[in-house]
Amino acid sequence: MMPVLSVRGLKVSIRTDEGMAEILDDVGLELERGRILGVVGESGCGKSTLIRAIMGILPRGATIDRGEVWFEGENLLAFSEAELNDQVRSSRIGFIPQDPLLALNPVFKVGTQMLEVMRWHAPDAKDPTGPRGGARRKAHVARLVGLLRRMQVPDPETALERYPHQFSGGQRQRLLIAAALACAPGLVIADEPTTALDVTTQHQILLLLRELVAEFGISLMFVTHDFGVVAELCDDLCVIYAGQTVEKGPVQAILEAPSHPYTRALLACHPDRATTFLGIPGSVPSPLARPPGCLFAPRCTDARTLCLAGRPPQGLAPSGAEVRCVQFA
Amino acid sequence: MSPVPILAVRDLSVRLGGRKGFLQRTILPVQAVKQVSLDLRAGEILSLVGESGCGKTTLGRTILGLQRESAGEILLEGRTVSGLAPEAARRARSIVQYAHQDAGAALDPWWSIGRTLEEGLLIHGVRNASERRDRVAAMLQAVGLDATSARRYPHEFSGGQLRRLALARILLLQPRVLILDEPTSGLDMSVQATVLNLLLELRERFALTYLFISHDLSVVERLSDRVAIMYLGRIVESGPAKQVFAQPTHPYTRTLLAAAPRLTGRRASGPSLVRGDPPNPTLVLPGCAFFDRCPVAMPVCQEAPPRLEPVAPGHDVACYGAFIEQTASIGAKRRA
Amino acid sequence: MIHILRKLSRDLPAMLGLGIVLFVLVLAILGPLLAPYPEDAAASHLTRRLRPPSAAYPFGTDNLGRDIFSRVILGARGALSIALTVVSTAMLIGVPLGLIAGYRGGWVSEGIMRVTDVVLAIPQLVLALALAQLMSPSLESAMLALSLTYWPFFTRIVYAETRRLSASLFVDALRGIGAGTSRIVFLHILPNALSPVIVRATIGLGFTILVAAVLGFLGMGATPPAPDWGLAIAESRTYLPRAWWYATFPGLAILITVMGFNLLGDGLRDIVDPRIRRSR
Repeated sequence: MMPVLSVRGLKVSIRTDEGMAEILDDVGLELERGRILGVVGESGCGKSTLIRAIMGILPRGATIDRGEVWFEGENLLAFSEAELNDQVRSSRIGFIPQDPLLALNPVFKVGTQMLEVMRWHAPDAKDPTGPRGGARRKAHVARLVGLLRRMQVPDPETALERYPHQFSGGQRQRLLIAAALACAPGLVIADEPTTALDVTTQHQILLLLRELVAEFGISLMFVTHDFGVVAELCDDLCVIYAGQTVEKGPVQAILEAPSHPYTRALLACHPDRATTFLGIPGSVPSPLARPPGCLFAPRCTDARTLCLAGRPPQGLAPSGAEVRCVQFA
Repeated sequence: MSPVPILAVRDLSVRLGGRKGFLQRTILPVQAVKQVSLDLRAGEILSLVGESGCGKTTLGRTILGLQRESAGEILLEGRTVSGLAPEAARRARSIVQYAHQDAGAALDPWWSIGRTLEEGLLIHGVRNASERRDRVAAMLQAVGLDATSARRYPHEFSGGQLRRLALARILLLQPRVLILDEPTSGLDMSVQATVLNLLLELRERFALTYLFISHDLSVVERLSDRVAIMYLGRIVESGPAKQVFAQPTHPYTRTLLAAAPRLTGRRASGPSLVRGDPPNPTLVLPGCAFFDRCPVAMPVCQEAPPRLEPVAPGHDVACYGAFIEQTASIGAKRRA
Repeated sequence: MIHILRKLSRDLPAMLGLGIVLFVLVLAILGPLLAPYPEDAAASHLTRRLRPPSAAYPFGTDNLGRDIFSRVILGARGALSIALTVVSTAMLIGVPLGLIAGYRGGWVSEGIMRVTDVVLAIPQLVLALALAQLMSPSLESAMLALSLTYWPFFTRIVYAETRRLSASLFVDALRGIGAGTSRIVFLHILPNALSPVIVRATIGLGFTILVAAVLGFLGMGATPPAPDWGLAIAESRTYLPRAWWYATFPGLAILITVMGFNLLGDGLRDIVDPRIRRSR
């Protein structure tokens, strides 16, 4: 089956004061229909640039040097800005941001903000045969209220008439999940949507997301730095280090038998696994001067001369994961 | 183990804010900490766990002396240090120091690291400039930083390095008790591990006692000797870490443990224990604060807040249900 | 510091402003050396009254035969010293009040801020005129009046910054390690609050020069024969429009100087704006 989203060999550089920064070096991932893909990496690995590249909202000065982003059979990189806005963002790809407070405009009612998006991006927005004007708006309100009820937002009928500050953090995140689903997208991208939340609220949101994936037939790309959340929520996993996919495959397989030295080291840092807290010595190579060879080699305990020769190819590990390491080439 | 705890808190209550308005809106105070009692024994790590707004940070700041208690007592090595004005309280409690959650924001952006670190020594009466410099250099080394860091400014450091700087800054004052407020939140996993490792190392080296404020149960389980779970200003369960994690007794503790994402992965899906939103701290409830989210609530829970009672040696729980369960099981054993 | 200069150097209007300000500063310091007829500050030459601009007198001469070019150059010192005196007096009053009101809170703070609001509501020029009438029309009374009306701007800025900073974590951390109030306020809060104050002061310098010129024009500021720009425009009125150069060049001097300070102030504001500072 063709994956809903497939990113191949993506390389993105951003011009900075100090020179060209290779934020993404070689990222590849596949998200199958109806599944949840966890994208994990530490800060600075290029997670947010990846999201921006997929949604076509890269900052000024960023260039896509190489790679493809296939979404439902179309290469998004070939789309113009207007086409992306018209046909893809919000309508076919929903987005759940990290900080629900920053994503909502405090001076407008939440209903106003959500309906405005639906006015342009809902599936019936450009349907000449469907209801128009007030009738269409009514249909949108009805859909939103239904969604809010499903999200377990208290008093969904009046919620649309309230302002963002009148909701708690967890409720705001529910609102934004409803907003992401409002235009019935096939793919939802979530950028650390639970980092700002308390444990119990996070748990509820994760459960809700799991249910929604099955119920609405969406595919979810969940970006996070928390392996615990991945273990709880995701079906597949893609580990990114210094702008490269280093390991990808089924979550269970990777958590049970991590193959790439970075994945192993990172999991060994998790308090649930750590025998001693050692961390990973060294630091991520600067995107301004990526070393030749394997990007993890300078910090790798198993590094050999071969690792410094060139970027290692993808190989298949015994666990079934695809791994970028000479051990499996 | 010394019989006198290095830090003891007795029935501590803290009221926050509140303003009686003349020409201004009257704002009701928030009872952020309610009748909390804690013993911290020399050398141990006690973790204070709870969700945002539960009062754990306020409790830490009150122990430090940045916040005034409204009732109750704080004892350091048996001496009462509560009931003082803020600056006097800070002087009396100088063996207690506090590391802020946001280590970067806790540094004056205009001051170099060296100057900031020396400032603490200066305040504490180290007049000799070269002695100050030497001690700062030695301490920077102790927390794993280069001595040249002294010349740099806060924005030049990474998150992990800032945590180290924050530790260096307070350790220079030779404290015996450190209150660590979420010392690893916002850090990457690999950096978190090194910071935790450093904390354990420093504890050995400087004979420190930690009050560890956190919401990360994975870290708490690994690190602490004892834990205290807070909910809406009260401690609802406390005891040896191993025992609390193995046999969580208060329904809130169980909820927290069930909600925490763990590497072990998805648990068998059943009805979730977790209900409702974290409460509004301004609410004043007559009974148990967890009542409306509790899966085993009883009518009695609404009448008065339950008190902490031992369910096992050193393991205290504030829940009516826990004792009914216990009495029931004892009764069952008797009958058997 | 270097960081600020580098950012400033990329801002063309601000660099223009800086250039003008430095130029006026040089004129103010070296005025008597640069002016072709330095004695024209006081002397009069009735034989060469109201000459149009020429090679000998680039800006022409005035009704007393004095070289306007020299008097414009000599006037820079007066304009700048009024501005500096007024703004520094206003800062001396306003900054400490703002620090106290911001750090203390309670009725002290309320009291200071309400007085500030009241003074802020008085139109600057009106108070200056009233004071000048009350005392005697002189440069001193003009400066006093301007200082007494300008300090609330500093109080408000410092108050807001102090409130923000005293709630900040690093001040909290300082209290935690036992730092006293004066250490926190003077060594930590004040330097952090200073950048918006400097911006305000820069714009204030230009503004004060303008108001001082207006007072001179109205006969409430500098007294003849001082080479004051505002005074020169006032004196020229009788000879307009025939002697157009008489009012034009002092007027241009005021315009360019005020513009210079404003451009520099705007540029500085863009740099120290916290939203921009954070993104470095």
